[in-house]
Amino acid sequence: MRIYVCVKQVPDTSGVVAVNEDGTLNRASMQTIINPDDLVAMEQALMIKDATGCQVTAVTMGPPPAEGMLRELLAMGADDAILISAREFGGSDTFATSQIIAAAITYTGLNDEDMIFCGRQAIDGDTAQVGPQIAEKLNLPQISYAAEIKKEGNEVTVKRMLEDGYMMIKQQTPCLVTCISDQDSHPRMMSIAGINAAYKKPYTVLDFETLKDEPLIELDKIGLKGSPTNIFVSFTPPLKGIGVMLEGNDKKTTDKLASMLLEKHVI
Amino acid sequence: MAFNSSDIGAFENIWVFCEQRNGVMMNTSYELVSEARKLADERGSKLVGLLLGHNVEGLAKDLGGYGADEVILIDDPALEVYTTDAYTKAICDCAMDLKPEVILLGASNIGRDLGPRCAARLTTGLTADCTHLDIDMNVYTDFLKKASTLPEARYEKFDMEDVNLKMTRPAFGGHLMATIICPRFRPCMSTVRPGVMKKAPFDQAKADACVITPYKVSITDADLKTQVMDVVKATKKIVDLIGADVIVSVGRGISKDIEGGIKLAEQLTDAFGGGVVGGSRVTVDSGWLSSDHQVGQTGKTVHPKVYVALGISGSIQHKAGMQDSELIIAVNKDENAPIFEIADIGITGDLFKVVPLMIESLNEARASK
Ligand SMILES: Cc1cc2nc3c(=O)[nH]c(=O)nc-3n(C[C@H](O)[C@H](O)[C@H](O)COP(=O)(O)OP(=O)(O)OC[C@H]3O[C@@H](n4cnc5c(N)ncnc54)[C@H](O)[C@@H]3O)c2cc1C
Ligand SMILES: Cc1cc2nc3c(=O)[nH]c(=O)nc-3n(C[C@H](O)[C@H](O)[C@H](O)COP(=O)(O)OP(=O)(O)OC[C@H]3O[C@@H](n4cnc5c(N)ncnc54)[C@H](O)[C@@H]3O)c2cc1C
Repeated sequence: MRIYVCVKQVPDTSGVVAVNEDGTLNRASMQTIINPDDLVAMEQALMIKDATGCQVTAVTMGPPPAEGMLRELLAMGADDAILISAREFGGSDTFATSQIIAAAITYTGLNDEDMIFCGRQAIDGDTAQVGPQIAEKLNLPQISYAAEIKKEGNEVTVKRMLEDGYMMIKQQTPCLVTCISDQDSHPRMMSIAGINAAYKKPYTVLDFETLKDEPLIELDKIGLKGSPTNIFVSFTPPLKGIGVMLEGNDKKTTDKLASMLLEKHVI
Repeated sequence: MAFNSSDIGAFENIWVFCEQRNGVMMNTSYELVSEARKLADERGSKLVGLLLGHNVEGLAKDLGGYGADEVILIDDPALEVYTTDAYTKAICDCAMDLKPEVILLGASNIGRDLGPRCAARLTTGLTADCTHLDIDMNVYTDFLKKASTLPEARYEKFDMEDVNLKMTRPAFGGHLMATIICPRFRPCMSTVRPGVMKKAPFDQAKADACVITPYKVSITDADLKTQVMDVVKATKKIVDLIGADVIVSVGRGISKDIEGGIKLAEQLTDAFGGGVVGGSRVTVDSGWLSSDHQVGQTGKTVHPKVYVALGISGSIQHKAGMQDSELIIAVNKDENAPIFEIADIGITGDLFKVVPLMIESLNEARASK
């Protein structure tokens, strides 16, 4: 049994975000991190590995420097890692990204008892679309917004969160699950032994040459040209003007506030 | 004839997926129908609500009251509880048959599960979590003039006859806005962020005039791979941040007296004549407030009449969820806190000192009216 965990390297949007004059992101100036939901997906997979001894495979599509992130995941406990990387794959939207990742998983092999875990959402593109679209392209059932995952034999039970509660869902493998993070999910750290082992574990690069005979790899469905969505315009929102500042911890200040609110008819 | 998403000329009408849960329409559906009415008028096309469920016909007419000309009703026992498989099949079978030009869905936990799956099956694009939609280029350009820092010279390059749906959304945690189009395929699909579009006033005459068209799909057991064992409603009452007129949010600034700080926030909502308490992610991650209170990129997006931020620094992720509030009041002891960059009224000081005085002043002011 194998669990594929799809992970994305993302710019750290909690730090300084630099935007170029033309409205595109200045990625070079930003730190990269492992997408937070994907770390949780990895932890969920490793917990199942702890219980069952299954194989956990980290998969990413991205430029070659993403190797560093994959090595970190191997050090955390993943058994092997796959980097999907080619110029033909660049500029993909979620439709094209899921097409390529689905092809890479088909190429590597998906058995009856296997699963695919994704994060719910990447913090850069922010769409939460890649997981469900991989599932559709592999004709697999999907469970999104998963908070808890239990696996027994070929059956998984998942707690799927809704805004106003949750659903308990039962599902046969193979299937795809997207994971959310909450205050109880604390992905494990890399261990020293893990770091030492990380460079000895299997590491595969899948390029266009390798994947080109996969039925899902059609040139009009991958990369920038194969992406149905296009960015028409991107821009930065204007800064809102600074308002009125009131100073002082006294009643005079708060009375001033109250009279301003009266004037604006908000009280 | 086989369905071909690139045969653009074959597609017409604007559809809104109207999500209901347990026979209760989600408020987002009305927001979306109201917004889509404007788009249908810009495009000169029909606005159709798409209603799925079991024994939900009673919800259909009301959609007309917010602007739908027609409601396609797919009523089937297999659609009583939401499952990805059944809902995707129903929507895609119907869309392949009737070929809408646009499909909008609310970006709820269900819309964001269903939308990407449907788009992939229909071989078209999907824009996520939009906060603004346009068809007419003049309307779009006016929007850009207000909402962007783009130089006007950029507008001269636009094709003013463009009729693609222009779907604008925040990305990179709100640092960047992008307008996305789907020029080569139909339907143009988008999920729309709840609470952003404004609900139109209800019009009974339009509700009465709304046409209901039942539509049959075949969903068999073989289509249903997932089994929903149980749907559990949260036991505590969920706070309704999105519907609130007044929100008083607390941040890490209450850490020296957590209970006291939350109590002050509650009392302050009362002084405004009622409202709800929200919080930054720190307050939720620390377990001081439950997650339904969180405002921001990974919490709720709100635009109340009044938003008060107590002891919140104003991170980009927090601002992403509240910067469109009509009036923002911030209390922070650090005069350089970024929250003051977007506050209409800022007070520098210790919230534990300022808020009790604020409550007093507001109560006096209200009494004096
Ligand atoms: C400003 C901007 C706006 C955009 N808007 C849209 C849009 O509205 N619609 C659209 O189709 N595309 C859009 N894109 C393109 C989209 O961001 C990319 O396709 C991106 O590669 C994947 O989408 P995401 O980051 O939203 O991932 P999400 O769908 O949010 O990711 C969900 C999960 O899928 C997995 N995953 C995602 N990407 C990878 C990867 N490269 N390798 C391995 N696993 C992965 C991870 O497990 C992740 O947690 C936009 C891009 C930009 C720059
Ligand atoms: C991917 C991602 C998503 C995120 N999503 C969200 C989100 O949805 N919502 C969100 O809120 N955050 C989100 N965050 C977290 C965000 O980056 C900040 O860490 C968080 O908003 C900070 O919360 P805070 O303002 O309460 O705390 P802090 O930043 O620690 O600020 C506390 C403030 O209180 C002030 N203060 C302290 N004591 C007092 C006092 N006695 N009186 C007055 N003022 C006082 C301080 O001056 C300070 O400005 C996200 C982060 C990431 C990386």
